[in-house]
Amino acid sequence: MSELDIQPELVSELLVSFLREEVRSAGATRALLGLSGGIDSAVIAALCARAFGPENVLCVLLPYRLSNPNSAVDSQSVATHLGLALQRIDISAMADGYLEREGVSDARRRGNVLARCRMTVLYDLSVEWRGLVIGTSNKSEILLGYSTQWGDGAHALNPLGDLYKHQVYQLARALDLPREVLQKPPSADLFEGQTDEGELGFTYAQADRLLYCMVDRRFSEDELVAEGFEREFVRQVSARVVANHFKRVPPVIAKLSRRSVGHDFRYLRDWKR
Amino acid sequence: MDCRLVVAQTNPALGDLRANLEDHLQRIDALAGAADLILFPELSLTGYFLKDQVADVAMSLDDTFLRPLLERSRHLSIALGMVERSPEGRLFNSLVFFEDGRVLGVHRKVHLVSYGLFDEGRDFAAGEEFRVIQSRHGRFGPLICEDMWHMPGAYTYFLDDADALLVASASPARGVEAPGPGLASQRTWNILLSASCLMYRTWVAYASRVGWEDGIGFGGGSRVLDPYANARAALEGLEPGTLSARLDSAVLRRARTELPLRRDEKPWVLAAELGRHVPLLRALRAEHALRDE
Repeated sequence: MSELDIQPELVSELLVSFLREEVRSAGATRALLGLSGGIDSAVIAALCARAFGPENVLCVLLPYRLSNPNSAVDSQSVATHLGLALQRIDISAMADGYLEREGVSDARRRGNVLARCRMTVLYDLSVEWRGLVIGTSNKSEILLGYSTQWGDGAHALNPLGDLYKHQVYQLARALDLPREVLQKPPSADLFEGQTDEGELGFTYAQADRLLYCMVDRRFSEDELVAEGFEREFVRQVSARVVANHFKRVPPVIAKLSRRSVGHDFRYLRDWKR
Repeated sequence: MDCRLVVAQTNPALGDLRANLEDHLQRIDALAGAADLILFPELSLTGYFLKDQVADVAMSLDDTFLRPLLERSRHLSIALGMVERSPEGRLFNSLVFFEDGRVLGVHRKVHLVSYGLFDEGRDFAAGEEFRVIQSRHGRFGPLICEDMWHMPGAYTYFLDDADALLVASASPARGVEAPGPGLASQRTWNILLSASCLMYRTWVAYASRVGWEDGIGFGGGSRVLDPYANARAALEGLEPGTLSARLDSAVLRRARTELPLRRDEKPWVLAAELGRHVPLLRALRAEHALRDE
């Protein structure tokens, strides 16, 4: 047993309650999400099915011409398993209208464009479906900044944002998802052969434990080293957390008046809902 | 005392006074004479994370908005949470006690909480006293959430021979780690409430809220504990609801006969010790010491 272990049934109960109430307070009754074939979106699909009933959840598969075909297969198996509708919208023409025409070859830029194309489609469909876009980012990704700003990082609600990847796996096992989804290595599938851990240079298991001690438990660098973490690894991860903070905050507004949005105009999203 | 108490575990709509008043009145009217006192959670009339809405929902205790509650308090005493605008214009996080068609007592939250996800020190003025409310149904010691995490409130009510602590709370649901069971925040509250029963030989009623405000969930877990810390009634889970329990003085008498902690309490020892911690008292002490010489 790890100190990061959660009570999956309790978490699932809380998140279903969160989804129902926050979707309702936004004036909606339905939800939609991008289904990637990975574990995070599979967990979100399962939670949404519980919260709103399968008929009120729309899953969208958004493949690009170079996407791993297994992603589509796994997405379909998640949707079928949960009894959810799966709409397929190929973003190749949309993305290549810019990427190919302008000759963008840098993998990171291409990946970001694909993520933002997907966001554009999801937000457009949310109007037709009259539902809220549910995000799938977890706490590990958010802290490490392993996401595209205004891409996969854009959504109305985020149920998994306070759960480390380890905890998402635990939740996934309790939610009874297809085995292949639980077992495959995490990948953003933005270019061929990409895996999260390959790109990050460390494993989620390593990062989760470190982030838990650093963020949740507030250990200092020396305390983390005493806890058995390599000092270099601690510094590398801390640097990522700091460098990516811009992705976690709304755009910075220059304060000029006596009362400015973003500084001293303080209301919750649930204001008068 | 002999009090048929109802605790309402509610899900207030943030900043929506009308909807919340309606919910209070429905719960009150549903009791139809079957209770003596109903206790609501902290800020039950307004919702919790108000921020800049605090001033919008604040009202003085003679506001006509409160009239339906005053009327109903002729038949049922009511303790609820609201933002009180004092005659001087300060805004307090208050628990207001209505009885016999008037405001019988008000507790203004003393220990505002301004750490972690809380920022009450920015939004509210702090209360500065703990006064027992002498109701026709008993002697009640009102506390609001964080007040329970500091000794002076419950201790003052102990010295003043309160029959029951009325604890109104909006406690966030936190801590889902294994093995549990349940929320860590709820387990901590249960320990805290139970310890107060045992240390002060008192009934404890805990009204907590449920629901979500911008992703912060509230944990519920409302309960009534007897002076032995046995749960006489409890709500588990994340749903609104009500629970009822009879608080009687016979149990209180037996518990206090068995362990006469109040009789044996030595508040003057505390007063003397406090002299070392409170500057004014320290100065007085020093002056006395000089005079004695």
